[in-house]
Amino acid sequence: MTGKTLEKTSFGASFARFRELGLLLFILMLAIGVQLRNPSFLTMENLSDMVTNTAILSILVVGMMLVIVTRGIDLSIGATLALSGMIAALTVSAYPDVHPLLAILLGILVGLICGAIIGLLVAKAGILPIIATLGMMNVFRGTTFLASGGKWVSAHQMPSSFKAIATGSVLGINTLILIAVFIYILFYYFITYTRTGRQIYAVGSNPESARISGIQNDKILWLVYTIMGGLSGLAGVLWVAKFASAQGDTAVGYELSVIAACVLGGVSIAGGSGKISGIILGSILLGMLNNALPLINVSPFWQMGIQGAIILIAVVINALVKRGVDRNNLMRRRI
Amino acid sequence: MEKRVLLGSRAFSWKAFFLQWEWMLVLIFLLVHALNAYLSPYYLNADSLRDATMTFLDKAFIVLPMVLIIILGDIDISVASIVALSSVVMADLYTRGVPMELAVFICLGVGALCGYINGLLITKFKELSAVIVTLGTMILYRGIAYIILEDQAAGKFPEWFSYLGWGYVGPVPFIFLVFVIFAAAFILLLHKTTFGRRVYAMGNNLTASQFSGIKVDRIKIIVFTLAGLMAAVTALFLTSRMGSTRPNIATGYELDVIAMVVLGGISTAGGKGRMIGAILAVFLIGYLRYGLGLVNVPAQMLLIIIGLLLIAAVTIPNLKGRLGKGKRAG
Amino acid sequence: MSDYVLELKGITKAFPGVKALDGVHFQLKKGEIHALMGENGAGKSTFIKIITGVHLPDEGEIILNGVRTQINSPKDAQRLGIAAIYQHVTCFPDLSVTENIFMGHEKVSKRTKRIRWSEMHDEAKLLLQELGSNLDPRTRMGALSVAQQQIVEIAKALSMRARIIIMDEPTAALTARESEELYRIAEKLRDDGASIIFISHRFEDMYRLASKVTVFRDSRYIGSWGVNEISNEALIVAMVGRQITQMFPQRSAEPGEEVLRVEGLGKTGYFADVSFSLRRGEILGLTGLVGAGRTEVCQALFGITTPDQGRVFLRGEEIVIRQPWHAMEAGIGYLPEDRQKQGLVLDWGIGRNITLSALDQLSRRGWVDEKKEAELAKTLAEKVQVKAQSIFDLASSLSGGNQQKVVVAKLLTAHLDVLILDEPTKGVDVGAKSAIYEMISELAAQGYGIIMVSSEMPEVIGMSDRIIVMREGRVTATLEAANATQAGILAAAMANQTIS
Repeated sequence: MTGKTLEKTSFGASFARFRELGLLLFILMLAIGVQLRNPSFLTMENLSDMVTNTAILSILVVGMMLVIVTRGIDLSIGATLALSGMIAALTVSAYPDVHPLLAILLGILVGLICGAIIGLLVAKAGILPIIATLGMMNVFRGTTFLASGGKWVSAHQMPSSFKAIATGSVLGINTLILIAVFIYILFYYFITYTRTGRQIYAVGSNPESARISGIQNDKILWLVYTIMGGLSGLAGVLWVAKFASAQGDTAVGYELSVIAACVLGGVSIAGGSGKISGIILGSILLGMLNNALPLINVSPFWQMGIQGAIILIAVVINALVKRGVDRNNLMRRRI
Repeated sequence: MEKRVLLGSRAFSWKAFFLQWEWMLVLIFLLVHALNAYLSPYYLNADSLRDATMTFLDKAFIVLPMVLIIILGDIDISVASIVALSSVVMADLYTRGVPMELAVFICLGVGALCGYINGLLITKFKELSAVIVTLGTMILYRGIAYIILEDQAAGKFPEWFSYLGWGYVGPVPFIFLVFVIFAAAFILLLHKTTFGRRVYAMGNNLTASQFSGIKVDRIKIIVFTLAGLMAAVTALFLTSRMGSTRPNIATGYELDVIAMVVLGGISTAGGKGRMIGAILAVFLIGYLRYGLGLVNVPAQMLLIIIGLLLIAAVTIPNLKGRLGKGKRAG
Repeated sequence: MSDYVLELKGITKAFPGVKALDGVHFQLKKGEIHALMGENGAGKSTFIKIITGVHLPDEGEIILNGVRTQINSPKDAQRLGIAAIYQHVTCFPDLSVTENIFMGHEKVSKRTKRIRWSEMHDEAKLLLQELGSNLDPRTRMGALSVAQQQIVEIAKALSMRARIIIMDEPTAALTARESEELYRIAEKLRDDGASIIFISHRFEDMYRLASKVTVFRDSRYIGSWGVNEISNEALIVAMVGRQITQMFPQRSAEPGEEVLRVEGLGKTGYFADVSFSLRRGEILGLTGLVGAGRTEVCQALFGITTPDQGRVFLRGEEIVIRQPWHAMEAGIGYLPEDRQKQGLVLDWGIGRNITLSALDQLSRRGWVDEKKEAELAKTLAEKVQVKAQSIFDLASSLSGGNQQKVVVAKLLTAHLDVLILDEPTKGVDVGAKSAIYEMISELAAQGYGIIMVSSEMPEVIGMSDRIIVMREGRVTATLEAANATQAGILAAAMANQTIS
């Protein structure tokens, strides 16, 4: 009995490892391919540009992973991002002396409130995540327009201290990258070493058992959407600082890139599983596609189609891999 | 052995008749009109009401099959992208010299094909939810529209094509007439045919339906294909009204459509609700928008209102169900 | 201070339309393995749910270690040292063995609340080793076999220092050797001073393990005996409540020509090499322990799953079935085991439920003829004697037996030759049972070939003409009902076989 177990273990584990290895290999091959077509790809300048661009995406991906792990989805993050970015931008343009850290905190606060509302709707009112986030997406987007009166907040209205959030660097590393790394370490600790973090996975893996184990499912759901909102708020401020402009339609459709990075990184849409290492690779791959396609003269109008195809192919491959594993498990059952 | 005789016909109850969600909608509908008339003296004007109807009816075509999809317990958020893709394909083909009649036909074909692909993916990969599949195709379809047209607009359609969106049959707008026909067809389809009955059964209990010999996969594919086809119909009318098309056409329609369906009393849990409710909701939201537009409520405010309306429409029955359940358990 | 660690007195629990428990008693001593027996629907599951805090009793008291106690939630039960291991393991398939063991009581460092993984892994390893298992605690739970998952559940109970462990049909899905392993573990737990409530349909389990046995029947307490004080026959009478032959209708049907033949049917991981034939008017009992592959065979015949080997002949012609509607069109119908989840649209009236499979014959070009529909529904509902006021009564308002009749009525609307009945009397009260038996034999007399899957030996012997016994996915015996005995069937269902 035990011998069989060990064999099974290594098999399952190797499959999971294979997945990430495959993704890594694909990333490398893509990099080499792009490099052959355009030698300016693997330059220090372009790489750091790419990583900086990916930083904001990857921050959102962590939150989305947690949401998807609980079998949910959040389509409102683009709108939350825009709203908190706008409010932060309006604040700094009205009070240029506000410390940038305060602006960041303000953005996070706005995001947390947005997320908490969605969490309330999903966890307490029992609304399907897709419906709740679709509805609130419009509410937040509308509020953004109302808050700004339909106008832009542009670069010259923002104090340079605010813009420095995104352009500054510590020890030669861009602040955005540092923030993303910090977020990743924080969340790695959270989902690995705290009970609450593990409970998120338990709820996603089997909600019924989670309840029997004494986990308060609705609190976990609420928490997850609130975290997602908070991260969107943070990303909103970073976005506005980086692009030095806040608009009503900032980051329209950005949630789709985030979801794409998640499913690419192996986060299971059925809930219960998703790893930090996976979503890092997923974010990098998506960031690279966004960066590399223009370099090899793919029209920017292809990006959306490619992204859609990637999501579909990734979820289908995830499903097929899972079927293969299940079938293999069955083959091992003797009758 | 005693022989029990069962009643074979249902007693009519006035109470049950009036305790229907649809009456609530009628009431709100009248309230909306009263409010609008109160706010704007220009509102209650036959001509302008008629014109307003023409502007919001385009997306109503998608509401009809969306009712079926939500009764099945699924969702389709790719419909707006299907509108865009079929519209763009039609316009592109026409500008390349394909006769407009053929282009219209192809437009419908593209819509149906997109819906068919949704249905196929959902039934072949049962482990994937309709949410994620249609999310993927939503991006893909609009992405293809962008690949075809980039950021250009295409248009300059023949004269007759504008009749779809602007024409009248006597005093009645053509689009209204077509909608009435389609609405009647969908009401009959859902409530009077074996197909509709099976859709309800599947939404209530998919396993029991399958075990009862219902061709569940086939029905699901047909319903999603219908949604694609009706999205193409919307594309025709919308394109005709706009006179040209762009890849970003119909952005956000999926939200409007889902909001109308849910407000119409169709439960997102599946299996419940009636076509007439959603149709009432179409007019309700349509006139609400129009009325608020007349008194210069900004479009963004409308966005918020629609969003809140959607949330409210799903929350109220959920809370009601929850309270009922609580009582039973206690 | 009483002798008992757990005592339940006069427990009553009612659900809408059903009295699940009616004043039952139970007494459990320290260090005792106590078997709880009874037919399906006798109230055992509800009883367990009351002990584990899933349900609150309507009446009666629970006395734990001499103290009157209320168990309000599963968490409460855990705290009080009560743990349950279910037949369908309720675990987190995506999480590791360690996490499954420690879910809800993880080891965290006092100050930082950081989960101490290495300590937990080590302790999990120790717990598993104590149970004689070498499982790697880092393995994903979903990758384990049912037997292994059960061991993990037991380890979980141990990790919570449970003193009262309930095992609900733990051997049902296990092979003989795995069961032996479980017996050993149960004995070890008992020797360490834990008390075990052991629920099983297998007499073997009871004789092998338990010192006491309590029997429930029809939601009532029947009695408690020392295992050595009561004979097998007396125990069966206690469980069934009557001489078993009385319940079943006399049948004099001469089976007709062959209607279904199955040759070498197999599905990887579930069953292999299943062959049999079925004649018109014949009732073929298909039995075996839960998990032996009976339901899977039926589901393959009905197109719910796809077999990967073998051939199926209906009325002499080979047929290929990939979907339930293929089967229905060919002439095979299926009465599912779980009528609420698989058989009925609970929110619908009886009438619409009955006609769900017959819509094509009740319609012209797709239009439903509602008048014709109501007539058919009414006729059939009366034929199967559903107790209701009208065909518009909701299916959810009916009792279990009447719901089952509605599902049978639905099958009667289709033109079928073969009926597969999966546990047709599961969860049905005794009165309704005999009505269903009568209905089944009536159907056989009308010329249907009937395959009846059942775990209840008396039912299988009483109703069938022939009996097929399955074990671990294979047919181990085909018996003429006239010669079949419970002992013979049981022997075939669980004959010792060494599993490599």
